[in-house]
Amino acid sequence: MAEQDFPLWEVFIRSRTGLSHKHVGSLHAADTQMALQNARDLYTRRQEGVSIWVVPSAAIHASDPAERDAYFDPADDKIYRHPTFYEIPDEVEVL
Amino acid sequence: MFAVSQYGIFVMYTQGLDQQGSGDGKQASARDSEREARFQERIDGEQKIEPRDWMPEAYRKTLVRQISQHAHSEIVGMLPEGNWIGRAPTLKRKLILMAKVQDEAGHGLYLYSAAETLGTSRADMIEQLLDGRAKYSSIFNYPTLTWADVGAIGWLVDGAAIMNQIPLCRCSYGPYARAMVRVCREESFHQRQGYELMLALCRGSDAQKRMAQDALDRWWWPSLMMFGPSDNESRHTAQSMAWKIKRFSNDELRQKFVDTTVPQAEYLGLTVPDPDLEFDEATGHYRFGAIDWEEFFAVLKGNGPCNRERLEARRNAHEDGRWVREAARAYARKKSEKAAAAAA
Repeated sequence: MAEQDFPLWEVFIRSRTGLSHKHVGSLHAADTQMALQNARDLYTRRQEGVSIWVVPSAAIHASDPAERDAYFDPADDKIYRHPTFYEIPDEVEVL
Repeated sequence: MFAVSQYGIFVMYTQGLDQQGSGDGKQASARDSEREARFQERIDGEQKIEPRDWMPEAYRKTLVRQISQHAHSEIVGMLPEGNWIGRAPTLKRKLILMAKVQDEAGHGLYLYSAAETLGTSRADMIEQLLDGRAKYSSIFNYPTLTWADVGAIGWLVDGAAIMNQIPLCRCSYGPYARAMVRVCREESFHQRQGYELMLALCRGSDAQKRMAQDALDRWWWPSLMMFGPSDNESRHTAQSMAWKIKRFSNDELRQKFVDTTVPQAEYLGLTVPDPDLEFDEATGHYRFGAIDWEEFFAVLKGNGPCNRERLEARRNAHEDGRWVREAARAYARKKSEKAAAAAA
């Protein structure tokens, strides 16, 4: 029987100020502090970030890929949500 | 809604597969072949497969085997080079070597994470490495006898690894492809520092140049073996290519490696230890001598110069680190109990 591993964390990194945090990968760590330190050592060895979030993987809930079509198709036929749907004469400027 | 389980996200999915097996066999297999056709369509259309997408069990197994072997190779690969950290000739070279070995640890961790998304826990994979069930790249079972070996490993071994890994950045499995992008970005420094080290030796004294030649003599053939058995011997190639896990065959990659590396050796003023090596004007490729596959399979079976030593070093590291892992767990538990008490 393998030794029980540390909990799994998902790591999000803000690469520079002004950008949002982006998922970069995961790691195992015993607690929040070690998860942050490990994330620094594992994912920012070459100045990849200015801020790190770690989230227990168990706290993330995701949509079901098997239901992807049913979930996202309704957006397919609503072309009127896009600006290109509307015809405006060329003479009208700044619109 | 799916909970993202603590063993990589997808335990639920594999459980789903088990349940399916208990139903009507015929119906299930018809559904499976339909799913498999749709899966192959996605692959053919260059769509990435993500962890919780449906995938054939054989695809999952192939990936777990390949990614975990790859991860183990990164981890075991720290040993031959780590051997020289304490004896690096200058502080600069020591810092470079430490950074490189740290990168290898990082690569191992990216890869274990990618494999975990397929529903196999890292603890299980490590256990398989330590008890000798899992394989890792045969190259790391050769010893690093001199300082020049550190250069030869960076130049040749990392060079061969890059050749192999660049196409993996386009692998059909998303998490593996993404891990490879990170790895390749970092690997380029490894190869360049190795070549620069060889260059320094080749511009040095006669003894230093002899040391560089000796390292090339010992690492050349094992580096060519890193690409794996030749195409007509390789069991997995055809299926892996159809699944777009692999983009080029072993022999294609090996040829590419020879073609790019021979001129680099010439620039160093070193001789590639292959009397049959010859540039073929007609094809634009180098023709090279026969590889000693008996040696390759012997090393793979566990009879290389350092197989026992490498596994023993990994086992000792795992055992010696046990108290640290236990202390970390105890400290985490104590802190969360304290926080709970303070909140109450």
